[in-house]
Amino acid sequence: MKRVFGRPRSMKDAVFHYCPGCGHSIIHRLVAEVIDELDIREKIICVPPVGCAVLAYNYLDIDMGEAPHGRATAVATGIKRALPDRIVFSYQGDGDIAAIGTAETIHAANRGEKITVIFVNNGTYGMTGGQMAPTTIIGQRSTTTPGGRNLDRDGAPLDLSEMLAINNGSVYIERTAVDSTRNIIRTKKAITKAFRVQMEGLGFALVEILSPCPTNLKMSPVQASKWISSKMTTCFPLKVIKDKIARL
Amino acid sequence: MGERILLQGSHVIAEAAIRAGCRYYFGYPITPQNEFTEYMANALASLSDGVFIQAESEVAAINMVIGVSMTGRRVMTSSSSPGISLKQEGISFLSGQELPAVIVNTMRGGPGLGNIAPAQGDYFQATRGGGHGDYRNIVLAPGSGQELADFTRMSFEYADRYRIPVIILGDGMMGQMMEPVEFPEPIDPGSLPEKPWVLDGAKGRHSRIIRSMILDASAMEEHNWRLFRKYQMIEREIPQVELFLTDDARLVVVAYGTASRIAKGAIKRVREMGLKVGLIRPKTLWPFPKGPLLELSRVVTDFLVFEMSTGQMVEDVKLSLEGRRRLHFYGRPGGIISTPDEIAKVINRIYFKEGL
Repeated sequence: MKRVFGRPRSMKDAVFHYCPGCGHSIIHRLVAEVIDELDIREKIICVPPVGCAVLAYNYLDIDMGEAPHGRATAVATGIKRALPDRIVFSYQGDGDIAAIGTAETIHAANRGEKITVIFVNNGTYGMTGGQMAPTTIIGQRSTTTPGGRNLDRDGAPLDLSEMLAINNGSVYIERTAVDSTRNIIRTKKAITKAFRVQMEGLGFALVEILSPCPTNLKMSPVQASKWISSKMTTCFPLKVIKDKIARL
Repeated sequence: MGERILLQGSHVIAEAAIRAGCRYYFGYPITPQNEFTEYMANALASLSDGVFIQAESEVAAINMVIGVSMTGRRVMTSSSSPGISLKQEGISFLSGQELPAVIVNTMRGGPGLGNIAPAQGDYFQATRGGGHGDYRNIVLAPGSGQELADFTRMSFEYADRYRIPVIILGDGMMGQMMEPVEFPEPIDPGSLPEKPWVLDGAKGRHSRIIRSMILDASAMEEHNWRLFRKYQMIEREIPQVELFLTDDARLVVVAYGTASRIAKGAIKRVREMGLKVGLIRPKTLWPFPKGPLLELSRVVTDFLVFEMSTGQMVEDVKLSLEGRRRLHFYGRPGGIISTPDEIAKVINRIYFKEGL
């Protein structure tokens, strides 16, 4: 019988702890598929975040080194500088990368560190129970913005990817989503390109992925995905934000 | 062993680190230890396998150290008091993840921004862990130019042997002073033994994970006890002291680093007056050399702790002596450097007051 679907080699045989409808499960799988397809499982090292995806090491069968909250790109910098022929990537949520770790992220990009960043933007602090994230959109309710995010009081959502695009050292930045099959396929393409940028030693690459968190949005998985396409993408438009190497 | 070279203290540590096979340095500018960072920048730039990054922050620097350490390479950072405070989260992670690293703290007056003068106010921070959680760092306190070289070599060896952060605790005085130094033979980093726990890509094996998050409380407890047993082993294996004129001493001064050099000057002066006074100088602040101190306390009735702080190591001396002997303290915080005459007067006063 012809095998048409199976667990990627780079995934462990484990059941996800993620909530039903959470985007992390999809994104983990995409990352694992890309690692398999690029045949880099034996030379890749991941730095997971602090947040729901800290447990990525329970699912991805690759070397993993845990960083303090927000410091993943600094830790990844150390690993990559010590092992320049390995593929090093951080996997970070919005709170991790765009609030507590903003400085490390901007400077890693500006130095042009040859690392890949998978930035999962779900607009909330999932693991701690749904507080306002740097990417919570205006009007969005959270446990710390009970009346919705207020521009005057809380400031605007942080467009980290656009900020990083200004940096000289970043070469490829794209924002995608996993709210539909079409966008999941696009996301996989973007992840593939972000790793290929590193494999060719070209510089800093980041894929921002809008991802549903039904639990903290207090929505069904289907509603949460619809919320991404109808609301979140108006604030965070899906697009290639920077591409210095269109050929890949 | 090679020739004797005249070098300032901060350069001695830097050169010794490179000779210990350290090819990775990450740091952030802070006085009074910039000469150290600058030396590393120059030296590593001239080595084909050297990596130097001036990090955007102390926090980023210690996290770059974590990254390199995960690959098993010898790596270090350095700073001065306020910068070391910023690194504490990373030092706690190094401890929890059992990663080797060397951290140099050129202590200055504090708290807060304080000043840039030599002080010893970070003793508690260094010897009690400094960050969150139940852990210890190995803390070395060099007392001469030669020891700056020797202890730097030793710090990398201890860090690798015990998979632990090692802190070299000095101050601006130690960093500036020029003394002749004989360096040990350089180590080729490629010749160092391979570490079986590193991250290098899971070639032909399943994934390897370096982490400190252990959600299950009983597994976390076991991790804490395992670290504790390691700390007990270190306490048995490495405490070191220098004993100076203690054979016939009735009063023994306890001091480390810059304070111990001042104390030695004072002891020479009071010896000329016939006072029987000696010095015990802890070279390791953690583990604290309890044994040698207890040994001395069998015959010595009076101990004087001298620190460039309001009194921190004195608590370890008190814990070691457990009230068996009289304990005196003299301290000058805030970057004040006592003169040997000043300490000689303190010794004199105690010596005659106690009828020694």
